[in-house]
Amino acid sequence: MTNSIDELEKDATAIFLIGTNTTENHPIIGYKIRKNVRENGAKLIVADPRRIELAEIADVYMQFRPGTDVALLNGMMNVIINEGLLDQKFITERTEAFEDMKQIVEKYTPEVVAAITGVPAADIRKAARIYAEAEAGSICYAMGLTQHHTGTDNVKSVCNLAMLTGHLGRPGTGVNPLRGQNNVQGACDMGALPVSYPAYQAVSADANREKFEKAWGVKLSPHNGLTLTAAINKAYQGELKALYVLGENPMISDPDQHHVEEALDNLEFLIVQDIFLSETAQKADLILPGVSWAEKDGTFSNTERRVQRVRQAIIPPANSRQDWQILMDLTNRLGYSMDYGSPQDIFEEIRTVAPSYAGISYARIERTGLHWPCPNEEHPGTPILHIGKFSRGQGLFHPVEFKEPFELPDEEYPLILSTGRSLFHYHTGTMTRRTQALDAHQPTNEVQVNHHTAAALGIQDGEMVRLSTRRGSIELKAKLTDILNEKVVFTFFHFSEAAANILTHAEVLDPVAGIPEYKVCAARLEKIV
Amino acid sequence: MLNLTINGQAIQVPRGTMLLDACQMAGADVPTFCYDPQLHLAGSCRMCVVEVQGRHNLQASCVTPCVDNMVVDTESPATVEARKIILELLLARHNINCHVCEKTGECKLQDYCYRYGVDDSRFAGEKGHFTSEDPNPFIERDYDKCIMCTRCVRACDEITGAQAISVKDRGHHAKISTVFDGKLADSTCVFCGQCIMVCPVGALSSKVSMNKGRAYQCEKVLTTCTYCGTGCTLELNVKDNQVVGVSSNRDPVYSPVNQGALCVKGRFGWDFIHSEDRLTTPLIKENGQFRAASWEEALDLAASKLKSIKTEYGPDSIALFSSARVTNEENYLAQKMMRAAIGTNNVDHCARL
Repeated sequence: MTNSIDELEKDATAIFLIGTNTTENHPIIGYKIRKNVRENGAKLIVADPRRIELAEIADVYMQFRPGTDVALLNGMMNVIINEGLLDQKFITERTEAFEDMKQIVEKYTPEVVAAITGVPAADIRKAARIYAEAEAGSICYAMGLTQHHTGTDNVKSVCNLAMLTGHLGRPGTGVNPLRGQNNVQGACDMGALPVSYPAYQAVSADANREKFEKAWGVKLSPHNGLTLTAAINKAYQGELKALYVLGENPMISDPDQHHVEEALDNLEFLIVQDIFLSETAQKADLILPGVSWAEKDGTFSNTERRVQRVRQAIIPPANSRQDWQILMDLTNRLGYSMDYGSPQDIFEEIRTVAPSYAGISYARIERTGLHWPCPNEEHPGTPILHIGKFSRGQGLFHPVEFKEPFELPDEEYPLILSTGRSLFHYHTGTMTRRTQALDAHQPTNEVQVNHHTAAALGIQDGEMVRLSTRRGSIELKAKLTDILNEKVVFTFFHFSEAAANILTHAEVLDPVAGIPEYKVCAARLEKIV
Repeated sequence: MLNLTINGQAIQVPRGTMLLDACQMAGADVPTFCYDPQLHLAGSCRMCVVEVQGRHNLQASCVTPCVDNMVVDTESPATVEARKIILELLLARHNINCHVCEKTGECKLQDYCYRYGVDDSRFAGEKGHFTSEDPNPFIERDYDKCIMCTRCVRACDEITGAQAISVKDRGHHAKISTVFDGKLADSTCVFCGQCIMVCPVGALSSKVSMNKGRAYQCEKVLTTCTYCGTGCTLELNVKDNQVVGVSSNRDPVYSPVNQGALCVKGRFGWDFIHSEDRLTTPLIKENGQFRAASWEEALDLAASKLKSIKTEYGPDSIALFSSARVTNEENYLAQKMMRAAIGTNNVDHCARL
């Protein structure tokens, strides 16, 4: 997030949610948004193919066709430009390439966009006006925006919208991705990315490589590595020989499960370090038992870049080992010497190579976590980014054209399938499916389908149905609802016995981010006879 | 600024300060049930009454704005008598089974009865029986212990915004209820347990923690939630090296993101830690079957395999999926291992998924 969570409750006067079911997937943030709307009268705009809980209190709800995000955002910008609601001062002083973007956006009139997205032109106008005219407008998004083959385009469009209206660098504004996992921000910060060392220092830049070669005392590779999705494809093709999976479950979380399974089977050696025998661990040649979060010390960085302590509460099960110790022990055996006495020792090294973490210490975050960038011990941390200046200098407008999703409905597969999370489960379910109360409350998967669609297929609420795509099919309960329109169905990806990712495709990924298009594929729903 | 005298002590407070806050600033321990600093004031329990010189009635301090030159006694005989009567009235419909109650030791009713020596109720008579079976797996509702402070109603409305519960009926029959007095699961309840967090007595408690240990038997370890990216602070309650519950730290200094509020997963989703399915030893697959191995053997095997694959196919034939589940320190080591020891940038994690 460019801004902090609390601003969504206290400072934002208009909030635009696109592709985030906030009350289910980031409940506390959702509650804060709702409080701001109810108690302070903040305006709320919700764009989502499902009429999510927060849509009920929105000033405008736009139920758009999955995958038409760019068109919708261009439509809003078209209104803002044509009605003169843009922030000319901000554009002039802080951005570049506005004219290029403007030229593209010109043809996306509300009427044109209405035809693409299914959102009435009047609602597009209303949403654009509310956001542009707000004193402090905040955009929040999650995987609903990013998990498309145009994910990067979608994010660029959101940034265009924020820059066009000057909603950046002030309290209650910003471009705010709500990150789905406890430490996904930290994993990125720490350089668990194929293109960057810790703190986003590109591996391809000679100066960075030299810095880390010096810090670590070893020659480093100048080539960008493989993204997760590319690595699976390389394994599938037999070019990747060994894979080490640390606390992940690609068998359930990655697109096109059959493809992943074949890829993992192709490996010469698969190491899985986990706390449970996950579906991926079952494929392993070697399993290393790590420990759970209640059993370890360290830090997590949350979605607002706040670095917070994780504390060991209990002694782990006999013969499991701290994850950091496993990694250190193995690295030493590989002939590279590591010698840390504790997670804090490791953190002290992180501070020396990651400038944004340099000012953060365990002592400083003993009580309250700090937002990076925090370059020195006196620095108070940075809850709001881009005040007065962007990290690259001038904010760059990207002209973005709308592209259709890769797989559109046809006669054989007439519905659009979107996948996502439930409030009661988490990711691949390795933890929540083993949590008694959560699994008792929601023990099975479901496909959410519009009443009329179900009626046409002779399907009743709660009935077992077959959901199929070109990749495969699963059987699960039908949940009749009116939060989706008649052409869209939705299911969860937490349930291995009815795994949504048997259905999703891995054929076309976002060309920059390598993100799969989990939010759109063509599907067919059938009664089981 | 306003000048007040509280229990003989002179104190200055800004205009607009409530009397309860002023009393607390003056060091007075004024008992409260319905008052909660995070919620709108209800002024309904009257437990916080104090005697203000020159006023006929005792004043409910939580809803009384300070006035210049107030002279206040927080433990005058009349005040104490009023509080005792309130406690007796509450006991009249309270199911006193402290010996098996989850909240024993952190129950305000118990604490105040002890403080004021109230052991029985002169008003005991016909008792209602409010307990409603609620088959949800998270929240135990025992309204025979409810004192009608409505903190749960306000927390549900003001913190979570679910508006799942409210007060039904009047007087002796009043109770907390969902719409049509049904099950929580059929209401707008999202099982966040904010109601449990604010309940001052044993009316609301966690089914998941039941009979596993009382507050005073548990060590509370402050940590950060393991689920979504919000980064909520929570306390793991530990007894005999077992996590037996999760509680809230509502101080914004310690809980800057959530001020104690949690969701259903944060509050009730922790018992996987002690699942029988936990991996407890390294496993090596031989002929399609896993067998237990020592750490020495397992790590030697990992190292020799990775080295031989690196020698034969080059470092880029090896990749690592690190994890958004593990700590910064572990992610740092994982990528350092791949880059420094293996010699490849093939490191990624599930940010894309």
